[in-house]
Amino acid sequence: MPLSDEDVREILRIIDESDLTELRLDTEGFSLHVVKGGRTLDAPAAPAPARAEASRDSSEVLGEPSEADGLATITAPMLGTFYRAESPGKPPFVEVGARVEPDTIVCIIEVMKMMNSVPAGVSGTIAEIVPTNAELVEYGQPLFRVTSA
Amino acid sequence: MKRIRRVFVANRGEIALRVVTACQELGLETVVGTSDADRNGLAARRADQAVCIGPAPAAESYLRDDLVVQAALGTGCDAIHPGYGFLAESPRLAARTTEHGLVFIGPPAEVIELSGDKLRAREEAARAGVPVLPGQEVGPGDDAREAGERIGYPLLAKAAGGGGGRGIKLARDGDELERLLSLARSEAGAAFGDDRVYLERFVASARHVEVQIAADEHGDVVHLGERDCSVQRRYQKLIEEAPAPWLEPATRNALTAAGVAFARAIGYRNLGTVEFVLDADTGQPFFLEINCRIQVEHPVTEAVTGRDLVALQLHIADGDPLGFSQEDVVFDGHAIECRLNAEDVAHGFMPSPGTLSLFAVPERLHLRVDTHLCAGATIPPYYDSLMAKLIAHAEGRDATIDVLLEALEDLDVEGVETNRALLISVLAHDDFRRGAVTTDWLERAIV
Repeated sequence: MPLSDEDVREILRIIDESDLTELRLDTEGFSLHVVKGGRTLDAPAAPAPARAEASRDSSEVLGEPSEADGLATITAPMLGTFYRAESPGKPPFVEVGARVEPDTIVCIIEVMKMMNSVPAGVSGTIAEIVPTNAELVEYGQPLFRVTSA
Repeated sequence: MKRIRRVFVANRGEIALRVVTACQELGLETVVGTSDADRNGLAARRADQAVCIGPAPAAESYLRDDLVVQAALGTGCDAIHPGYGFLAESPRLAARTTEHGLVFIGPPAEVIELSGDKLRAREEAARAGVPVLPGQEVGPGDDAREAGERIGYPLLAKAAGGGGGRGIKLARDGDELERLLSLARSEAGAAFGDDRVYLERFVASARHVEVQIAADEHGDVVHLGERDCSVQRRYQKLIEEAPAPWLEPATRNALTAAGVAFARAIGYRNLGTVEFVLDADTGQPFFLEINCRIQVEHPVTEAVTGRDLVALQLHIADGDPLGFSQEDVVFDGHAIECRLNAEDVAHGFMPSPGTLSLFAVPERLHLRVDTHLCAGATIPPYYDSLMAKLIAHAEGRDATIDVLLEALEDLDVEGVETNRALLISVLAHDDFRRGAVTTDWLERAIV
């Protein structure tokens, strides 16, 4: 059973509202490992219990995209309105499958008419675009999942 | 409510929780804008929605008016409550809020701007017939010595952009005044972006008494009595009470009338507090400044008037008339608030952030506790150290003090240092029990 955007957001919401600092979900179809207070890292769809176990209590790997996890998350560096393109009618900065480098602009976050370009910060391929265009994103909210390849 | 349905709370701590509660009692939805450090705070959890507006440092979150307005718009709010501190008295936030079609729960931007200019506020007060201390502005080209002689020493050099006890220097004679003026100007310029400095006579033996004002959008202005906040350390209030004890009825009437007159003169709207310095020797009050926000110490006024001041703010902002006249404001009993802070009194009042392994406030008759904390909660190092406000309301002043003393004795707190012992020693002190103390008393007699 693959996780949908909605599922991930719902899980993050529940964790945000709870007193939990860490959550690990392991089912047949997927495993998910979320740690609050830092960048969140998903485990890959294929279960990798040994690797996940190894990184469990090691906080230093959580802030960086890791080979072991395969997926990194680009989070919102500020609160604002999330725009996928420079202006309406223009093509989006990135689509799923796009290759990004750390300085590739992936979106714009608008705060009171100030357009802030957001660079990817990592190398890899866009696997998922989390918010919808023109939605308010909060500080630290996941914007893109990136497979490091 | 007509215009307001969903309120954005641009604050943290106990006041954010207080505003959320007041909104919920009025059937309004709430969204709390938190910093990254406060995502799991009680206000965020109680609100209908919480949104993280930025990282933990206040300069990157709670002090960013652009983020606050953006977040309020993006979460479908129609009003912003700024609480106290942070952006509560920012004319920019007030202006931005209204520019984007939202309701600012506070006075108009122009009134906040005027009030923030302490020199202009002083001039307005004098024009409205409100007593001000002898004083005047001294520019770089002016003869400061001559001005100092006219006012008399000792005197205070104050920054026009200061207020709340900030940007003040004491000069005992003309030499000292000349020495400190240029420093005062450059410090004021750096701290407030305004290097104007004015001189004002220093009242050596002073009480701090303030008048709670409520003004609706239809021209009605009333007062809700006064509060005495003379127990202070470095201009930070520690204990506040209503009514002000040992105040002559004539003085009380003069104070409240002056507060209302000033609020009318500047076109004040919503809730505000006019602060006075009261000469303890002569009993004469002098205008100090007006605060354009809900005050930390508002619960003592709520206790003695039986009115919910935050609800009143919301009603006024929604355009409702006050709905009561000055004659309807009646006072019952005595109320005292003390501020429990996470600080290490023995080590220069150093903030003492940390996680509360234990925190239990006793529940008892005549006691109200406003707090956002519980056992297990963390007090982050980025903000002020206020943990809880304990407010007692009883028939007489002595009984009220006793309620607070018992509550403080029975309080369980572990994990951080607090000022509990200091609060107990003030409340139990003969000076405090037997008469009105002055603003220099705490540091002279106890600390």
